[in-house]
Amino acid sequence: MKTLIAARMDRCIGCQSCSLACARLVHKRLSWYTAGIRIGSSGGISTGFEARVCLACDPPPCAAACPTGSLTPRKSDGGVKQDRSLCIRCGRCVKACPVEAIVQDEAGSPYVCIHCGRCVAFCPHDCLELGEKNGARVGQEVPE
Amino acid sequence: MSAQTPNTGPGIRHEFRVLLVDLSTRRTHIVLLPGRETYLGGSGLAAMLFEKYGDPAAPWNDPAQPLIFAIGPLTGYYPLMSKTVCGFLSPYHGQYAESHAGGRGALALRFADMDALVITGRASVPCVLSIGNRHMEIKDAPFLWGKDVFTTGKMIRHMLSGSGHRSIWRIGPAGENGCAYACINVDTYRHFGRLGSGAVMGAKNLKAIAITGDASFPMPAGSEAYAKDFQEVFKLVTETSMMSKYHDLGTAGNVAALNELKSLPWRNLQATTDAGIDGISGEKFAKDMLLRNTACSGCPVGCIHIGYLREKFMADNRYLYRQVAYDYEPIFSLGSMLGMTDGFGVLGLMDAVEREGLDCMSGGVALAWATEALEKGVITEAETLTPLKFGEAAGYKAAIRHLGAGSNEFYQRLAQGTLKAAAHYGGADYACVLGQEMAGYATGETFFVSETLSFRHSHLDSSAYSADQKQQDKDAPKIVAGFVKDEASRCVLTSMVGCLFARGVYTPERLGMALSSLGYKGVAENLDAAGEAIQKLRWRLRMRSGYAPMNATIPKRYSEVVTWKGGIDTVYMEELRKTYAAKLMELGREE
Repeated sequence: MKTLIAARMDRCIGCQSCSLACARLVHKRLSWYTAGIRIGSSGGISTGFEARVCLACDPPPCAAACPTGSLTPRKSDGGVKQDRSLCIRCGRCVKACPVEAIVQDEAGSPYVCIHCGRCVAFCPHDCLELGEKNGARVGQEVPE
Repeated sequence: MSAQTPNTGPGIRHEFRVLLVDLSTRRTHIVLLPGRETYLGGSGLAAMLFEKYGDPAAPWNDPAQPLIFAIGPLTGYYPLMSKTVCGFLSPYHGQYAESHAGGRGALALRFADMDALVITGRASVPCVLSIGNRHMEIKDAPFLWGKDVFTTGKMIRHMLSGSGHRSIWRIGPAGENGCAYACINVDTYRHFGRLGSGAVMGAKNLKAIAITGDASFPMPAGSEAYAKDFQEVFKLVTETSMMSKYHDLGTAGNVAALNELKSLPWRNLQATTDAGIDGISGEKFAKDMLLRNTACSGCPVGCIHIGYLREKFMADNRYLYRQVAYDYEPIFSLGSMLGMTDGFGVLGLMDAVEREGLDCMSGGVALAWATEALEKGVITEAETLTPLKFGEAAGYKAAIRHLGAGSNEFYQRLAQGTLKAAAHYGGADYACVLGQEMAGYATGETFFVSETLSFRHSHLDSSAYSADQKQQDKDAPKIVAGFVKDEASRCVLTSMVGCLFARGVYTPERLGMALSSLGYKGVAENLDAAGEAIQKLRWRLRMRSGYAPMNATIPKRYSEVVTWKGGIDTVYMEELRKTYAAKLMELGREE
């Protein structure tokens, strides 16, 4: 299955367009936080930006920790599917994630990347890619 | 204290949700105020709040005076709606003023669920204000007093939690020492730059404000229309040529163009073009100094250009590096205006100015005047404490530190404005002041008059500098009518609050569409009238606080300028000045 990969974050300008798009289009929220991908500075904005996003663990520890089946492994290539109607907002997925890719909102609902790729088109610097898990272009292209 | 409506709040709100902070009593309060259709947000909201909480007759540093920050109804909802408006009584002229900044601040305020922040009072000791959707704290921080802008930012990142989605606004020594053009630094690379809002923070003993955007809002009803409208605007700004100049060379692309047009001020405006341009052109910066771009939150354009400065500080190849944001205005004010033809040298001065928390434009232009005054013998090195010579960076670096610190009486006077210093020492004829230290456009009569008289004394108040670059009729009433119309439409955009670079994208029709799809139909239908009403309200506040446009004159140096059109027509310039001043009196008349 296709996987979202933040492959070229050294190009990121911190505009937050990806997070805002995920919140707006996937989660129907206005937010730069309750989204499957979140952008933060890596220690002050003079040092660049990093993405907090699901790395598609296989098997995913968040799904293993989920007591209700709200998060379940995708068919292949790692990552999870989410059924919000089953979630009891216990937060165990958040604790289980080794890279802090899941956040809860104030009501306790978790937000995790579902690898749909809707954020990709909103990145003006082509930092993001929806592709095969190990097939991302991580090298720099030759500029025009 | 916590917000009444945390992240389940509506996001779209027809009243204004305003956080009031009184530093004297350390009390905070949230109020909901009506008036969205009349005051919109941003410029209009700041003016409304100054009328409610400010006293135009009292001095700027009276503790009761408010320092206001306001965002607008479109902030966070649409691309390039990424600016915050600061409203305050300016230490530069004692009158109501606005300054605008980008960075993360606007979205941080949106997601802290505040339309505006109003700070009054004076803390008993230097402090830091930390706010968010779910917290509010005033922390004593006397240990930060005296620290430069960068050190302060780093220390606050460690002192407070919330990294990633917060904005840190802070002042440097210039703001602490009452410099009338001290800025507020926003997230290292942006500023509430002009007219001294940094000194207002200093007078309140407020070293920094950290805003955490930790709320999230439901989509407005009919969110499909909003998502579609968003997509249309996003395509325009990322896939068409409308914004490409801003991320390509950036505003620095104008440096060589204005030099070619004989409109770039050099050496305190003793010339308008110079062969040394190749060392400081936008092309030169992009080729040799550009390290990367960065963006304001919510803006995919990424116009912020970060230059790379490598400095040898010790023998045996000991180097350090700095990252310095550059733009057209600092290249003019700390480059050509100071006779600097080495881009790396200019970056070094920009870095020094940032550390002190000075407005780069006023700081550079003030030092350009000091250099000429020193050449002419009006002042001596006993005043400047360091040699000042056009083109020599070392002296300017030392002078910038003195200006921030207010090292002696001369620098204390200069920190109040070039004309204030010139009134004491002489040399007013060549003080490059158009309402405040000039912006970098020696384009001609239209711009000189516009900047001298306009509300923000900014090149962004009208398109005058652009009009000067074309042949135009010398028809004063027609030009003035253009200034007034232009200002009203900009009032609408700066009330949303949009970046003025996006004024081609956000036509009145598109703003109406954007507002309507969020449910602000009444606001959308009232935009033109609201723009004109906000314009008049700002002028009334300005007049109440003492502005006398008829008395605002243009220094002699501007009559000596030679542009691509030839010499300045001083008779026409005076006619235009009087016509515009009379119109402003009319706009600011009490109703």
